[in-house]
Amino acid sequence: MNRFYPPSGLRESNPTKAEGLLAGLHLDLPLLTGLILLCLYGLIVLYSASGQDSGHIERQAIRLALAFTVMIVVAQIPPAQLNRWSPRLYVVSLLLLATVLVIGHVGKGAQRWLDLGFFRFQPAELAKLAVPMMITWFLAEKTLPPTPRRLAIAGVMILAPVLMIAKQPDLGTALLVASAGIFALFLAGLSWRFMGGMIVTAVPAGWVLWEWGMREYQRNRVLTFLDPERDPLGSGYHIIQSEIAIGSGGLYGKGWLNGTQSHLEFLPERTTDFIFAVLSEEFGLTGVLILLSLYLFVILRGLYIATQAQDTFNRLLGGTLTLVFFVYLLVNTGMVSGLLPVVGVPLPLVSYGGTSLVTIMAGFGVLMSIHTHRKLLPT
Amino acid sequence: MAYITLKDYLRESRLFQNRALIAAVLVVLTLAALLTRLVVLQVINHQHYTTLSQDNRVKVLPLPPTRGLIHDRNGLILAQNLPTFSLEVIPERVENLDQTLRELGAIVEIADSDHKRFEQLRRQRRRFDSIPIRVRLDAEEVARLSANRHRFPGVEIEAKLLRHYPLEDKTAHVVGYVGRINEQELQTIDASSYSGTTHIGKTGVEKSYEEVLHGKVGLQQVEVNALGRIIRVLHSEPPEPGQNLQLSLDAGLQQAAITAFGEENGAAVAIDPRNGAILALISNPGFDPNLFVEGISAKDYDMLQQSGSKPLFNRAIRGQYPPGSTLKPFIGLAGLETGTMTANQKNYCPGFFQLPGNSHKYRDWRKGGHGGVNLEEAITQSCDVYFYALAHQMGIDKLQKFLARFGFGRVTGVDIAGERAGLLPSREWKKRTRRQSWYPGETLIMGIGQGYFLATPLQLAHATATLAARGVEHQPRVVQNISGAYQPDTAVNVGMTKTLQQSSVNNWIKVIESMTQVIEGQRGTARSLKNDDYRIAGKTGTAQVFTVKQDEEYDEEKVDKKMRDHALFIAFAPVEDPRIAVAVIVENGGHGGSIAAPIAKRIMDYHLLGR
Repeated sequence: MNRFYPPSGLRESNPTKAEGLLAGLHLDLPLLTGLILLCLYGLIVLYSASGQDSGHIERQAIRLALAFTVMIVVAQIPPAQLNRWSPRLYVVSLLLLATVLVIGHVGKGAQRWLDLGFFRFQPAELAKLAVPMMITWFLAEKTLPPTPRRLAIAGVMILAPVLMIAKQPDLGTALLVASAGIFALFLAGLSWRFMGGMIVTAVPAGWVLWEWGMREYQRNRVLTFLDPERDPLGSGYHIIQSEIAIGSGGLYGKGWLNGTQSHLEFLPERTTDFIFAVLSEEFGLTGVLILLSLYLFVILRGLYIATQAQDTFNRLLGGTLTLVFFVYLLVNTGMVSGLLPVVGVPLPLVSYGGTSLVTIMAGFGVLMSIHTHRKLLPT
Repeated sequence: MAYITLKDYLRESRLFQNRALIAAVLVVLTLAALLTRLVVLQVINHQHYTTLSQDNRVKVLPLPPTRGLIHDRNGLILAQNLPTFSLEVIPERVENLDQTLRELGAIVEIADSDHKRFEQLRRQRRRFDSIPIRVRLDAEEVARLSANRHRFPGVEIEAKLLRHYPLEDKTAHVVGYVGRINEQELQTIDASSYSGTTHIGKTGVEKSYEEVLHGKVGLQQVEVNALGRIIRVLHSEPPEPGQNLQLSLDAGLQQAAITAFGEENGAAVAIDPRNGAILALISNPGFDPNLFVEGISAKDYDMLQQSGSKPLFNRAIRGQYPPGSTLKPFIGLAGLETGTMTANQKNYCPGFFQLPGNSHKYRDWRKGGHGGVNLEEAITQSCDVYFYALAHQMGIDKLQKFLARFGFGRVTGVDIAGERAGLLPSREWKKRTRRQSWYPGETLIMGIGQGYFLATPLQLAHATATLAARGVEHQPRVVQNISGAYQPDTAVNVGMTKTLQQSSVNNWIKVIESMTQVIEGQRGTARSLKNDDYRIAGKTGTAQVFTVKQDEEYDEEKVDKKMRDHALFIAFAPVEDPRIAVAVIVENGGHGGSIAAPIAKRIMDYHLLGR
């Protein structure tokens, strides 16, 4: 049955004593190791990026602890339970998104969170989990690949929360939620012809929107979004500075705490969206290679877990969550290195800030649950 | 069955493994592409970026464009940019901010409001941006500060251009004013083309021509030293200054009209019927727009807001008034054009009008009535009963349709921001807004310009101009020319022009003749305007502010000034070849002929005779 052979490092080895404990906690050692290494690496970079501010490190460490706790808790929930919760979770997140929109509308400003008194909750973060869960729940109900009718329904299920999030406006999160839905469809066996067709229809639709649906200033924003260099006073400046930071890092970097771009404040958003540039400047291509290897390991391990899962829901959900994690990485590094337009997406597990951290770790909790709740089959 | 399920299960599993493999390959390929990009940056172009980073004392600064000037038709400046000096602080470069501010306060006066604004701006600004602590320094203050400058690192005296309106309240309601860009405006403007620009048009022409006036931002790449001081300019793209506007407005006429208003509240609009150019637009009283440029103080603003004469309210384009009898020429024209009656047909006016089967008496302003009157006599004497009957005969639908042609009930599209549409009621409108059907009595009072019907002074002037031009309608325009240093060709600004549908031009001539009799006739309501220099066609109007009860009499002496009728007058001149059309409204001014007409005369005199 096992037709996907991952590199040997990703394969299960014989259980040891420690692994027995981890298995009892429903944790997956390789994945856990990868995640911990990434987070530690992130803290080292953050210390430099924040201007050696131990306060930043403390706060981030607390957030990481919280996020890992969430991961462990989620890992205890059997996947069958998650499957049952999916529709309810989806409906709740839609309602919360609508609430945020209404409150934002009344308050006459952009609003993304609900104030729960003790903390601010962003429904869009819940949607990042609820949407892939709902789509995989829906697709796994019937035989794959999905029929065109079911495909259309799934499309609406994805579009509704995405549009609401885009309206907040939070383009980065909307993109992540949309990609979650699309990956679920892709993994479910969406036909290549259909995917080609979507791309072909998107082009004239975009043109119509451009010609008749937009005002001059909106077009300008889109143009700047696609090509920041045409706006050297705004985001173009950020990209230019970020490229200088990365490029001047060279093979081995300027050394930890020695990045001039970040410490002389030429680099914007050093601790958050642009932290990858700080890493590249101080640790060079070597540091980047280490970081990307860690990410690659985590992603491949995630995909491997998905292939080992025992039913369609688990497989699709595991694969989707892993690929969304990859989108985080791709959009952030692509933006910082000037390959992709500027979208506010953090470097996962490394950027300072806690909102998306918890969601990402909850996602890994799901992966661990999928992997550790398997029923043993005779081989 | 079980076999098929198992087979599907296997197929699904295989499908997924397939897709997962493809995904894994894509992940690796994408990461390889990213890595390639990083190799390009970090290995191939490493030297280039190292140089850049070593020299990275380069900052990009925006060079805000100079805002375009606004002139009147004779070239008189209405809005200009005056250099002013302000004292600015970069908090990050100041060691002890409180102490510095205290010491600066000993050299120049820094008020509490200055401190408040400073704190507010400080929270909004990016790091290393300079923040004004004092604006509009005078020459002596600049001198004192310059002498002490060495004591204050991180403190600069900045010279910048500030918008100034030399005619102050005379043109405030046309030109409008600029103010600091606020949060809401930030949402709609292109942030980078406004980087460096602090002000934006808030009202009037300043707002409606914002794009033209603003210009194009330039930028400067500068080298700065460790302290942030500019050492040299590496590259600069100069800004393109905003274009200048020449208005059709005549500042002298504007002044003359305001003088004619005296202490009265009201509005006047004068339009050239040949092209729709606005010659004067007054809302009295005005206000000093210069107060708003650097942020008006709470005290000044409260004073303007709470003043009973509402100086901030632009009555000329936003005030909506019942036009009263000034609507009668249009109703008369409607009667002729729709064939409801002929000009010579006489109607008997006993002093009141009753709808068949209804005892309610719709009264004429003259108690005894006007006797038998034809259209000309009805307009000249402003007979109400004649128009009750005419409106009743025509019906609301025809009436509404005809008045809509003159632009009532919708914005004229004038190029001054903030115009309102007035109200031209119809059956459909009443059903929609009040959920009631239209009553015949409402048609009657609309015949004398009362009831739901509302028009702005601009709409009245516009309709009068269209009447004067015998049905040629020009969209009103206050900006005549747009020109700029970078665009030597003067662009002439014209609005839409169209000719109204007419059944006979004689009908128009008849109505205009009748309006001439308002001034020249024995029983005309504006006989005082008769003069030897030019002939005027006009119509007086009185708009009720409150309703007199049935069988009760309105006594001007007894009512409170605020409850007194509005006085209106519309006119154009010379009758033969009209060059100016005017609408005047004096709030609570009483009768149109005695107070509004002389103001209109003054405006026409100034324009036609130059005095």
